Amino acid sequence: MFGLDKKDTTLLLVVALLTLLAPFILNPFPTDSGLAQFNAGYPDLMQRFVIFGIFAIGFNILFGLTGYLSFGHAAFLGVGSYSAVWMFKLLSMNIIPAIVLSVVIAGLFALVIGYVSLRRSGIYFSILTLAFAQMSFALAYSVLTPITNGETGLQLTLEDPRILGTSATADGSIPVTNLFGLEMRSATDLVIGPWSFTFSAGYYVCAIVMLVAFYLAIRIFRSPFGMMLRAIKSNQNRLNYTGLNSRPYTLAAFVISGMYAGLAGGLMASMDPLAGAERMQWTASGEVVLMTILGGAGTLIGPVLGAGMIKYFENIFSKINDNVLHGWFAWMPDGIEDLTVAIIHPFIGKGWHLTLGILFMLVVIFLPGGLVEGGQRIMRLFSRKKATKDDKSKAKQPAE
Amino acid sequence: MGILEVKGVNKRFGGLQALGDVNLSVAENTVHAIIGPNGAGKSTLLNCLVGKLIPDTGSVMFNGQSVLGRKPFEINQMGISRVFQTPEIFGDLSVLENVMIPCFAKRDGAFRMHAIEGVQNEKQIMEKALLMLEDLNMADKRNMHSASLSRGDKRRLEMAMCLVQEPKLLLLDEPTAGMARADTNNTIDLLKEIKEKRDITMCIIEHDMHVVFSLADRITVLAQGTPLVEDAPENIKGNPKVREAYLGETA
Ligand SMILES: Nc1ncnc2c1ncn2[C@@H]1O[C@H](COP(=O)(O)OP(=O)(O)O)[C@@H](O)[C@H]1O
Ligand SMILES: [Mg+2]
Repeated sequence: MFGLDKKDTTLLLVVALLTLLAPFILNPFPTDSGLAQFNAGYPDLMQRFVIFGIFAIGFNILFGLTGYLSFGHAAFLGVGSYSAVWMFKLLSMNIIPAIVLSVVIAGLFALVIGYVSLRRSGIYFSILTLAFAQMSFALAYSVLTPITNGETGLQLTLEDPRILGTSATADGSIPVTNLFGLEMRSATDLVIGPWSFTFSAGYYVCAIVMLVAFYLAIRIFRSPFGMMLRAIKSNQNRLNYTGLNSRPYTLAAFVISGMYAGLAGGLMASMDPLAGAERMQWTASGEVVLMTILGGAGTLIGPVLGAGMIKYFENIFSKINDNVLHGWFAWMPDGIEDLTVAIIHPFIGKGWHLTLGILFMLVVIFLPGGLVEGGQRIMRLFSRKKATKDDKSKAKQPAE
Repeated sequence: MGILEVKGVNKRFGGLQALGDVNLSVAENTVHAIIGPNGAGKSTLLNCLVGKLIPDTGSVMFNGQSVLGRKPFEINQMGISRVFQTPEIFGDLSVLENVMIPCFAKRDGAFRMHAIEGVQNEKQIMEKALLMLEDLNMADKRNMHSASLSRGDKRRLEMAMCLVQEPKLLLLDEPTAGMARADTNNTIDLLKEIKEKRDITMCIIEHDMHVVFSLADRITVLAQGTPLVEDAPENIKGNPKVREAYLGETA
């Protein structure tokens, strides 16, 4: 189906099902229960899951396939966000032109930065991308203040010209982003017994964009172009002596992944129309590297899993505080309770990065293929058990 | 006039004269061997032919065109394929994919953006690659991860990758170096088979002169960066100059 083989079609359908049903799947705990804080099914977080999913899918096309590790991809995400907000200010609150501009501008940026950075490979390439990203950050933060509004960040105001739309609504507030009238922040709640599920227009727009982005990534992975990119990672020397020019291949991969980042940035601004320089900082570039490696670089689904996992940790672990812990361990004797809470304390709240770091180290050391490899090992464990059973039944047959 | 004409090539590395006034002419559809003791400059000469090194002086003409100043991929597109001293293959890819890549390079040139249509729809390329593998008795290994092949099979795969491009000139740098006796004999048989079955010009670089005696139409002996003699194999064995060059090495 869709020009994919059976395995890839199944994968796409599973991912589609999971994303479309996410408001249910991510909200397994009743609203009033103590575990409700582990629910992730609220629009803001779900949007972040899929937007960072897009970012990581695109990053993986470069890093996972060619092995070129960029430390500057957040710059393209930031550029995408600024472009989208400017489109909202000048043209219309419809998200389509905003997103198109984000992708185009990010692609142009990637073309320039990639053209220069790809003159080197390995660590030198990484450093060049990092330098470019830091330059972009500095430009956004101070030098280009008229365009980026510096450290305050670019926001909508009541004075925006907005050619195809109004500067302000009838009641004097700033208009909201929409898709041909469908407001991105609109949502409906569905209450079933003690559960409550929220369906947000913004989330579903992001989810559908991510599914399209994921589908395109599968096509790229399975194309001759994708094969060339894997060949570059495997043995660039051999590729050159086989008559292929690796430079345009890597540049194309770089631009495509930059456009994915721009798309993510544009969507981010479409959900919440503001853009700040911090989105371009090197920590943001590092985060997408972590997502991709954590999930499994070079695999199709890995980056999406990695993005989901990191964003879940960021939002859920960072919300747990000492009071919550005391609630959990109230059954312990007082002294031991305090001790337990004190031990766990550094790993929660603001310390969630510590938990993430440990998790990352464990994955890299024990599962170099990321979460996907973990999943494969579990599958193999099951299929081996099944296979040995089959062998036994086969072995019996000749005797009969 | 040969398909490959090397004239007056010099190459220095600092104070070391690696190649000194090398002249060489390889005739079409022949097997030309270049032998010489270790450090004679054989690999340096080959690297000057494929664009890895640029000679200080002299000219290298292939098919009437100069190769000097061209990048390796451009020279390959002109019709020169090479195998490396240690087999260079795409270890992360399957055996079949390894052979498909040179097919793409031959059909589509040095770069083509075909990012949407799936590889599985490239029926002709797949068939061509598979036929090549069948030719070299490797079809049963087509889905194997190529990094897990034996050393001899890696060499065979690399040959398949070069031959599938139907090169006008195939360059081999010590194809049997570091191989066990059995693998060496296998490789010699493979090369003989290729020579008989195909119209191909080969230039083989070898340290061990016994490998090439049964294979080569002509042999050039290189010593200290300069060709000593060029002759038919049967005349090379008895040549006192050659003996001296090789004895000088072992002594
Ligand atoms: N890149 C290089 N830099 C400096 N010296 C080199 C380089 N490549 C080869 N040489 C020297 O040139 C001489 C010829 O080397 P080479 O062509 O590899 O010999 P062969 O392949 O015949 O054994 C040797 O003395 C070697 O040390
Ligand atoms: Mg050598």
